[in-house]
Amino acid sequence: MNSHLHLPWLELSIACPIVASIICWRLKSESTVRTIALISCMLTLALTLGEWFDFSALGTFAAQDSNSIIFLVFGVEYFVIDELTAPLLSKVSVLFGLTIAATMQSKAGRFSVVRTLLAEAIILAILSCSSTVLLGLLLAFSTILPWYEMRLRGRDTSVFSLCMSLHLGLMLVATMLLWLGHDRPLLSNLAGCLLVLSAMLRAGIFPGHFWIVDLFEKCTFGTAILFVAPMTGAYFVMRLVLPVVPIWALHEIAVLSLLTALYAAAMALVQIEARRFFAYLFISQSSLVLAGLEIGNQIGMTGALSIWLEIGLSLGGLALTLRAVEARIGRISLEQYNGLFDHMPHLGSLFLFTGLASIGFPGGLSFVGMELLVEGTVEVYPLVGTIIVLATAINGVALLRAYFRIFTGTRHIATVSIAARPAEKIVAITLSLLILVVGIWPSAAIRSRYHAAESLLRIRQDSGIDRESESSRPLPSLIFDESKKTSRH
Amino acid sequence: MMMHVCALLIVTAPAALAFNMGLSLLLGYRLSERRLALTTQAAVSLSAIAATTLLIKMLLTDQVQYTLDLGRWVDLPVEHFHFTFNFLFDRLSIPFVILSLLLCGVISAFANRYLHRDEGYTRFFLFFVIFLLGMVVTSVAGTIETMFLGWELVGLSSTLLVAFFHNRINPVANGLRVWTIYRFADGAFLFAALVLHHLTGGGDLNLMLGSKPWPENACVIDSSHALIVGLLFLVAAAGKSALVPFSGWLPRAMEGPTPSSAIFYGALSVHLGAYLLLRVGPMLEQSPALQWTIIALGGITAVYAALVGRVQTDVKSALAFASLLQVSIIVMEIGFGLRYLALIHIIGHASMRSLQLLRAPSLLLDHRRLEDNIGYSERLKVASRPGSAPTPLRIWRYRFAMERGYLDTILDEWIATPFLELFRWFDGFERRLVKYLSIGDKRQAAKHASETEETEVS
Repeated sequence: MNSHLHLPWLELSIACPIVASIICWRLKSESTVRTIALISCMLTLALTLGEWFDFSALGTFAAQDSNSIIFLVFGVEYFVIDELTAPLLSKVSVLFGLTIAATMQSKAGRFSVVRTLLAEAIILAILSCSSTVLLGLLLAFSTILPWYEMRLRGRDTSVFSLCMSLHLGLMLVATMLLWLGHDRPLLSNLAGCLLVLSAMLRAGIFPGHFWIVDLFEKCTFGTAILFVAPMTGAYFVMRLVLPVVPIWALHEIAVLSLLTALYAAAMALVQIEARRFFAYLFISQSSLVLAGLEIGNQIGMTGALSIWLEIGLSLGGLALTLRAVEARIGRISLEQYNGLFDHMPHLGSLFLFTGLASIGFPGGLSFVGMELLVEGTVEVYPLVGTIIVLATAINGVALLRAYFRIFTGTRHIATVSIAARPAEKIVAITLSLLILVVGIWPSAAIRSRYHAAESLLRIRQDSGIDRESESSRPLPSLIFDESKKTSRH
Repeated sequence: MMMHVCALLIVTAPAALAFNMGLSLLLGYRLSERRLALTTQAAVSLSAIAATTLLIKMLLTDQVQYTLDLGRWVDLPVEHFHFTFNFLFDRLSIPFVILSLLLCGVISAFANRYLHRDEGYTRFFLFFVIFLLGMVVTSVAGTIETMFLGWELVGLSSTLLVAFFHNRINPVANGLRVWTIYRFADGAFLFAALVLHHLTGGGDLNLMLGSKPWPENACVIDSSHALIVGLLFLVAAAGKSALVPFSGWLPRAMEGPTPSSAIFYGALSVHLGAYLLLRVGPMLEQSPALQWTIIALGGITAVYAALVGRVQTDVKSALAFASLLQVSIIVMEIGFGLRYLALIHIIGHASMRSLQLLRAPSLLLDHRRLEDNIGYSERLKVASRPGSAPTPLRIWRYRFAMERGYLDTILDEWIATPFLELFRWFDGFERRLVKYLSIGDKRQAAKHASETEETEVS
């Protein structure tokens, strides 16, 4: 049976942005909406930090809320915190808070705070969810918000709709097959394949990656960042794919993920628009994380989980910088030099710092994470592991190319001040300090990720999937199966 | 205790300086020129005094090696993975770190005047301090990971200093070229470090090179593995020291301000590749094939630098190729196993070349003064007399030298351009695919077209 937290932290952290979005819904004043949203984000951050500390004090792998309202109403507990998600929840609330804080007032009409708060609640619920059915529903629901925004903006949603429908459809069919064919190997193996395909689409693995690029082109930058940066695709893999897919299949997907990382890195290098550059950089880095998760050994998984923790912040910071620049000069072209550094040295420095931290440069958690990842990959595929080094090298070149094109090469002429506002400076300082502190003292974060990897692999071992795949027995059911749910006494 | 404090100061003084400067700039606190120069010189002096004291103490006590262990940064005992902060002070690292600190001190004092009231003064000193920290960490690193950390810092700061005059396209484009070569060289370094991890169970240099002090230490890995790891290190060193085929970035990096040129091409950065080879010297000697490869690479680079250097028309480029020539000779010395000679060569050459580069802006003045004092010499004319080689060969040689051995052209046309073209094609394909799938866009376009048509008809 799982332990219980001292307060219903999880439910409160999910409820807080929902309540705030309901309050903001009918308000006319943009500044009031913004203030309420910021207060809500700070409160949510405090709650997620509270649940993290409370959970750490318990010293267990997973814990549930105490005095849960959902349990009182439905008689079952849907939310759980574990070693994997504890820091991710805080990271997500930081990211949402900083995105809202860094939004310029002139962009308030385009970027909906109400939908953003709702998205925060959904992402927090996804990361806390212990029910397969609810997780599927939440994943589906999370896709509606960016889709709705694209419709509102009059942009075409075909690519996004196609990929997400396919992803959700495959997930639905796979879940049904698993339910139906619990003792039929053919059906459960087919279900495993469909789940893998669904996860690949959501995570943006080649060839199902182009919806991410399309999303960045057609959505507001803020919504696109907040949809992809929490990496729900990787979470999907951890929760639904890892426990049911045999190790050989995971290794095959890992190779595909590594190739995606290399392909996306090279694509980032040839982009002529900043948004597309960022999308490919994100795909490349998140594919590396997925490769580490799929490689199936503890050291590789520790590296991947560390990079996951880091790139949410660093790539989030990089995207926020690009968004701030875009808010001033419009869509950024990488075809010519823009020479913005003299006007916005803070943003230029933040761009470089967060970008370098995301590609495993010293000063960020990814520096150690990348080494662990390569070590883990080389253990399984000695030569394929070189792809990580190559992809990281290309990402580094692409990043500096983008930096030089955006911030240097000429002197930008501006008739008004386009310097970073105080709120943006605070965001830059907060993000840089967070990245630096975790990067300089990585041992606690690495140890926590190591334990998370250990526990996840133990669950996989307990499910006996690798033994079963050898003897062609049917696949076991999902990790958070309803039948395994703990009841409260 | 005293040695411990000295060793700690050598590393922490530049680290504290970098942290202080970075944090001040991040928080928006503008440091004055005077304060920047003073803190930089104080940190460099403190570190240099500590290094000299440590050297004297070691000489007095006949101790040839001292290890400063700052504990494990990351430790996963079950996986046999640890990331140790370990610094090694021996007969190789102490002279090199003292050289680095002395030259950085001189160059910071020079830059303080040279860049006085320049709009990039603070930026220069920030990059310079990162460079200093990288040099110190690389010089005294006791583990391959720590060395990689310093190595990366040196690479980044070098790139940003090459692109220092960032309002012009050329410095920036050249900075990117330097960075590209550094990144691939760093990739080779990282991979070598990982292979070493696998072979020795850790990244400690002692595990790889034995516990005996430099230069008596002996490699503990077999010759076939030594060849693989050594070749990877050689690629890393070739990138950093601009050996053939990576020599093209060296003259392009001239775009930076003179003080940074002095520390890159004359003194420190360009010798870092040679230093890496010196550090892993025993491993190189484990494989004769590797040794001959190093000698050959050094020889080819020496011939290349000698030829190309003769046709340079600006003083900084001429000095850069002269540096390259000396570095390639140092690499050959390392290949031949002459470790002490290589170390002495590095120290002497770095000092002399720094002086030359720092005096480069006032070269004409110096030349005139020299002529005034000693009188005009006819020997200058003799030096430019054509050689005895046949004319076609001389023309080819001249073209080859003027085009800098076509190295950049080869890398661009054979590697970079096909690679970029291939992925541009993929990009175009993806765009077409997305356009094909975007039904709404097509409908909108059709609607727009019919509306336009109706308007035209009406």
